[in-house]
Amino acid sequence: MKALPLSAGALPAVASTTVRRVRSVRGVAVAFWWVLSIGCFAGLWEAAWAVGWADPLLLPPPHIFLAHFSDQAQAFSSSDVIGEVSTDSAYLALLTTIVASSLRVIAGLALGFTCSVGMGLLIRYFKPFGNITLPTITLLAPISPIAWLPVAIFIFGIGNPPAIFMVFISLFFVMTLSTISQIDAVSRTYLNVGAIMGASRRQLFLHVIIPAILPSLFMTLRMNLFGAWMVVLVAEATGVGSGLGQIVMLARNTFNSSLSFFTMTLIGLVGFLFDVALRQIQNRVLFWVPPSAVGRL
Amino acid sequence: MDRPLSAKPPLIACRGVGKRWETAGGTVTALDGIDLLVDRREFVVFLGPSGCGKSTLLYLIAGLEQLTSGTISSGGAEVTGPGTDRGLIFQESSLFPWMSVGENVTFGLKLRGMGTDERRSLAADLLRKVGLADAADKRPDQLSGGMRQRAAMARALALRPEVLLLDEPFAALDVQTRSKMQDFLIEVWRESGASMLFVTHHIDEAVGLADRVVVFTARPGRIKSIVPVDLPRPRDPRSPAFHALSDHLTDLLRDEVDRAFAEQERVA
Repeated sequence: MKALPLSAGALPAVASTTVRRVRSVRGVAVAFWWVLSIGCFAGLWEAAWAVGWADPLLLPPPHIFLAHFSDQAQAFSSSDVIGEVSTDSAYLALLTTIVASSLRVIAGLALGFTCSVGMGLLIRYFKPFGNITLPTITLLAPISPIAWLPVAIFIFGIGNPPAIFMVFISLFFVMTLSTISQIDAVSRTYLNVGAIMGASRRQLFLHVIIPAILPSLFMTLRMNLFGAWMVVLVAEATGVGSGLGQIVMLARNTFNSSLSFFTMTLIGLVGFLFDVALRQIQNRVLFWVPPSAVGRL
Repeated sequence: MDRPLSAKPPLIACRGVGKRWETAGGTVTALDGIDLLVDRREFVVFLGPSGCGKSTLLYLIAGLEQLTSGTISSGGAEVTGPGTDRGLIFQESSLFPWMSVGENVTFGLKLRGMGTDERRSLAADLLRKVGLADAADKRPDQLSGGMRQRAAMARALALRPEVLLLDEPFAALDVQTRSKMQDFLIEVWRESGASMLFVTHHIDEAVGLADRVVVFTARPGRIKSIVPVDLPRPRDPRSPAFHALSDHLTDLLRDEVDRAFAEQERVA
């Protein structure tokens, strides 16, 4: 058979320099609005302080709680030698605290994502297994993760495991149910193509259903990221013994409002960076989802 | 059955095929008493008003739907489910977005355990045949609608089916692309030696492609008439013979379209 000429050629490649220019212009615009938005927020706060509405002891504005950075960092040092002051080790302690919290979130997210997607697939793959587990999962799903905190401590005591468990539990039920509904929503056409091509049930799950549901599951994971940050802080505040949540509790107990806002800033920044990182992973792993569907800043 | 007895056994045989659906509003009969034989290398077009069950018959032959009465056989064996002797081309783009075009085309071979290298070279061959030589490493969303349907055809042909079932494959394409794709399909048909079962509601498309046109009645779908098209190929849509045939089919369809409309209005 002779090859017919293409009726419609591939889309003309847009000059990459133009693309780059458009992107950089858009990048500048995004940065501009970010700076303006945060500037307005901080500005209003500073103004409230300047006219005396915001008590610097209760609601210290940014220039106060960000000013004594090294002093603040000191609070993160777990050294119990009273009076020991070392700026270097304080910064290190600050970093260690952030890393400790982050690792708990990462471990919990990874564990929760894998287990819940696996669970959802098992439920739909083995019907009897689904029949026996799904009602219980449906019943456990609406329980707030915070209510699981005592259970976490009963089972795991204190330390990393209860915090990781909390992140895991905040994700597990939601993501399991989401996996199931995504499996049920896989396009009939894709399943038909698999069947026509002679796919076995196992092949259908492996080659069609899993790739088809991954994009929206990753979206659900991102939605639940901030929730995971919340519960890890609660877990840390109650008895892990380290982490950003513990510092928040320390600030509360010592009535240190500056420290409190300082830590909140850190939490916000780290959470934001997490979202950026997840989005990068999403873009790499789920290359077939157009960027517009991934969500922009 | 209004066709001459042929010495060779038919490829596809539908005998007394019916399909009913139980819905909240009662039983819906989509198809009733369909008798149809399709020969090897024959090009048969199903023509009918929308909702007449012509696509349902195609899905029954594909094995994706279960019939409620009658039997369907393919190559002498009864159809109980999908099989790679019957390829199917869908109306919308059905390429997997998570695979490159080349991977899509050889997906069926991957399922059979063919190695990556062998598949790569086969994908190149198959894509060259459908005029997409450079598309192997592209993503499906980088292709135009017509190119995607060519790739879907290459994917179906990769399994060397004996019959290709096409469910309004060009419905989403613009008029110019559609006409090109019809020429292309005739070449695929000649080259592959497969039979073609093609569903459409376009009369000109039916006359342009078919050896025989099967005209369906409005719901419940029955075969109203089977019209042989004896025009030599390539067919000229402006020839008097072409016009005469399409006028004849238009007359056959008019009553059915009216009935389908009346039915829809009654339900609404």
